[in-house]
Amino acid sequence: MNTLIELRHIKKIFNKEGDQELLVLDNISFDVREGEIIALLGRSGCGKSTLLRVIAGLIQSNSGQVRFKGKTVTQPAPGITMVFQHFALMPWLTVLQNVELGLEALGTPKKERRGRALKAIDMIGLDGFESAFPKELSGGMRQRVGIARALVVEPDVLLMDEPFSSLDVLTADNLRNDILDLWLKNPQRKNSIVLVTHNIEEAMFLADRAIVFDSNPATIRGILNINLPHPRDEQSPEFRKLVDQVYMLMTTEKMPLPQEEEIDLGYRLPDANISELAGLMEILAEEFPDKPIDLPHIADELSLNIDDLFPLTEVLDILDFAEEADGDIKLTAAGKHFASADMLNRKKIFAKYLLANVPLAKYIYDALNKNEDHRIAKKYIAEKLEKSLSDSEIERVLGIITQWGRYAELFAYNDKSEEFNLENPE
Amino acid sequence: MKLRIWRNYQFSSWQPNVWDVIALLLVLSVIIMLAWAASQTSTPYHLGEALPISLNPKYLPGYALRSVFRILTGLFLSLIFTFVVGSAAAKNKHIERIAIPLIDILQSIPVLGFLSITIVMFIYLFPNSLWGPEWASIFMIFTAQAWNMCLGFYQSIKTIPYDLREASAMFQLSAWQRFWRLEVPFAMPSLMWNSMMSMSASWFFLVASEALTVNKQTIMLPGIGSYIGEAILHSNILAVSYAITTMLVVILLYDQLLFRPLLSWSEKFKMESTAGEKAEKSLLVRLLVKTHWLQNVVGSWLNAFCDAVVNFQITRRVKKPEHPQQMINRSATVLIYAWYITIATSSIVLMYFLIRFIFHTISTHEIFHVLLLGLYTSLRVIILISLASLVWVPIGVWIGLRPRATHIAQPIAQFFAAFPANLFFPIVVIVILKYHLNVNIWTTPLMILGTQWYILFNVIAGTTALPKDLVMVSQNFGLKKWLWWKRFILPGIFPYFITGAITAAGGAWNASIVAEVVSWGNYNLVADGLGAYIKQFTSLGDFPRIALGISMMCIYVLIFNRLIWQPLYNLAEKRFQIN
Repeated sequence: MNTLIELRHIKKIFNKEGDQELLVLDNISFDVREGEIIALLGRSGCGKSTLLRVIAGLIQSNSGQVRFKGKTVTQPAPGITMVFQHFALMPWLTVLQNVELGLEALGTPKKERRGRALKAIDMIGLDGFESAFPKELSGGMRQRVGIARALVVEPDVLLMDEPFSSLDVLTADNLRNDILDLWLKNPQRKNSIVLVTHNIEEAMFLADRAIVFDSNPATIRGILNINLPHPRDEQSPEFRKLVDQVYMLMTTEKMPLPQEEEIDLGYRLPDANISELAGLMEILAEEFPDKPIDLPHIADELSLNIDDLFPLTEVLDILDFAEEADGDIKLTAAGKHFASADMLNRKKIFAKYLLANVPLAKYIYDALNKNEDHRIAKKYIAEKLEKSLSDSEIERVLGIITQWGRYAELFAYNDKSEEFNLENPE
Repeated sequence: MKLRIWRNYQFSSWQPNVWDVIALLLVLSVIIMLAWAASQTSTPYHLGEALPISLNPKYLPGYALRSVFRILTGLFLSLIFTFVVGSAAAKNKHIERIAIPLIDILQSIPVLGFLSITIVMFIYLFPNSLWGPEWASIFMIFTAQAWNMCLGFYQSIKTIPYDLREASAMFQLSAWQRFWRLEVPFAMPSLMWNSMMSMSASWFFLVASEALTVNKQTIMLPGIGSYIGEAILHSNILAVSYAITTMLVVILLYDQLLFRPLLSWSEKFKMESTAGEKAEKSLLVRLLVKTHWLQNVVGSWLNAFCDAVVNFQITRRVKKPEHPQQMINRSATVLIYAWYITIATSSIVLMYFLIRFIFHTISTHEIFHVLLLGLYTSLRVIILISLASLVWVPIGVWIGLRPRATHIAQPIAQFFAAFPANLFFPIVVIVILKYHLNVNIWTTPLMILGTQWYILFNVIAGTTALPKDLVMVSQNFGLKKWLWWKRFILPGIFPYFITGAITAAGGAWNASIVAEVVSWGNYNLVADGLGAYIKQFTSLGDFPRIALGISMMCIYVLIFNRLIWQPLYNLAEKRFQIN
């Protein structure tokens, strides 16, 4: 099989103002071969969409090389097209005009353009919608237009950036099946698909190979060959085994366990809000009080995808409310205590474990108590974090810590003066 | 949800129907009329020669046509300016750094400010022909129209969603195709709104731009503006009423023939991702929908034409051989340095000449006097904006909460915004003289005449945009009277109100040139203020004093913007934006 795209040692650094840099992609190498579907799998924000844009030539890597059919990619190349997460259709063009867009750019004569566009529209199941505007269509239909637009130029490589993640479950399922059918109908597959997703089942369902990424920065954690024949049965034991394997890959080792890896001031607190944390603990306490439970099982049960679930489990782990290992999770005594407490006591328990386990919370709390006027500028805290976090990350992390601090009644934040304060100074 | 079903038009009727004939007649007659108006501009003319303006109403349609021709030409030029400068500033940060502040300043220069300098140039360019004053007039109209359009376009391009940019890069659109397929369509709603505002502004300053008083000479170009000027000169109240009627008809006509159809067409450019909002209705659109031949044949010609323009072959990106990256960088750096050095030197030179020019002939004492005049005018602006807000905010909220009233009020306000202040001169003069009122106080309302409507427009828009559930919640909790205003309405409409007030204040500064000097027949009332200063010395052709007056006004406007409006705007953006 010929190789279409080669990635060699891709490294991407986002420059910030001043001298701080944020490493997003580190040393990524793999090949995309003719006729295969590759899934890039990782948690959202891990840099896989950035990687896709590097492949597309929309973003330049800082070092390393992307080669498409032997030629270095430095700008969008003919032969590579893309399907976007939020469709990126021109709202002022009809379905037909949107699909014609790529051909227009290639300078295809009008008559041929129209013919090819109509064929693509037929193929993707949009007949009858040619003169509709995108806003008249449902999300699923819009994404079909996005796909028709990408296919009409007959690309060698089709890049798909979380193409199903802004659709509801049923629509996504339906579109996935249709795309797979189209793919399988094509007898001698010369082209390939690179699919970015954070949905493990989706990757296992479509891909021939899945590349699993670590976060912060994105590095390749492992490459999984999926040799199941199409169409794949999502309930079959082989399929479930693959899914479990990926969960294991994604949760072990790199998850910072407090005992092994000291978390410091600049730790990237995951996005988790209190009511979700509390909800998860209640369910764990009620339904699986004593035995460790499979993460994929919980994800399935609560119909959460890994992007929703992982931050929650990570926080429970940091706070010592749960223990996580090998894709399993189990509540600790503290977690159970929290789950059974009433509203006011929960705040106290949360406050205690927050101070004990999250250095940033303790730092702010101590500083506030030390200061005479019990106030401290956000800027001051932000400066402390500057070394380890980017500006937007600082904003995010401080937002989360404020929310937790408020819930725990440890401290509050005044948006107008941009200061942390003790709500009730002692 | 309504779905349009694709139809193949090839076999549908080619037969023209009666609506085709009517529509065609309408379009052709507009073209012929404008062509006539254009042909009138090329008549021979020598400077100093008086152009007779007749107050006989039978000439009014012809005058109206020529004014419309000037305004439309100005609009066309503004559009080209907008496309070129707006997109250059949005795409190149080096141009952006200069162009955007520059336009911001140009915006604050009253239209008269451009007159004295440019008219000489235009007359020199077209000697012995009416083209000279004609172009000067069009240029002044252009200066009343171009800046807000250009800024609006620039801001739109800057806010194009990232994924649409990426999509057009991914699909290899050339810069030309991207401009027509992405940038212009995306900016269309802002472009429409701004050109309507510009149209109103150019009507408002029509008298100033057609009756050109320069160097103690008055050139009155045939047009409604000159007609109004002449009527005021002869204190002919009947002629003023004819002019008002004509303007009403003209504004209604172009609203129906130009803006309504464009608005209903531009509906599709709105970014909202849901269908179902109803289009603006216009007589012309209803007519065109009924035509067969026009729609099928002419429509498809137009489509083919647009298609050909967008896909114009020469503009396609030619793949250049790969340059070594360093060489490109080096030549680009040289170019950038050259750009900044040119700008720096020319601004130093200009500054030197301006200061020399002003200080050479004018004493410091007079400069302080002008500074004081500026203070008077700024006081007027502040008081007027406060008063107008007190009046229009409650009315705007009242209208905004009632959809039926909104539909009626919007076009009426638009008409008043276009109404030249000069038309109120007779009333103001008569009242002031009759009751022996203070000129400095009672001419002031003229300043806000045209621009107060922007406060109303924006308050209405803000009120309609308030989420319906918030309206219901405030009812549910029984918020009453002052509490209702303080906790709900005022914070809710704050960003819109600020936008309206900024526009109104900017317009009020510009309007001071027509509001601080009021004349009716032999009576000439002059208030103390910067506008009157500029106006008087423009008619005398005293260049150093014109330069001083304009510079002073620019400085005042800039200080106002930086110290008052910018912070308020930031506050509105940060604290009071809903969502």
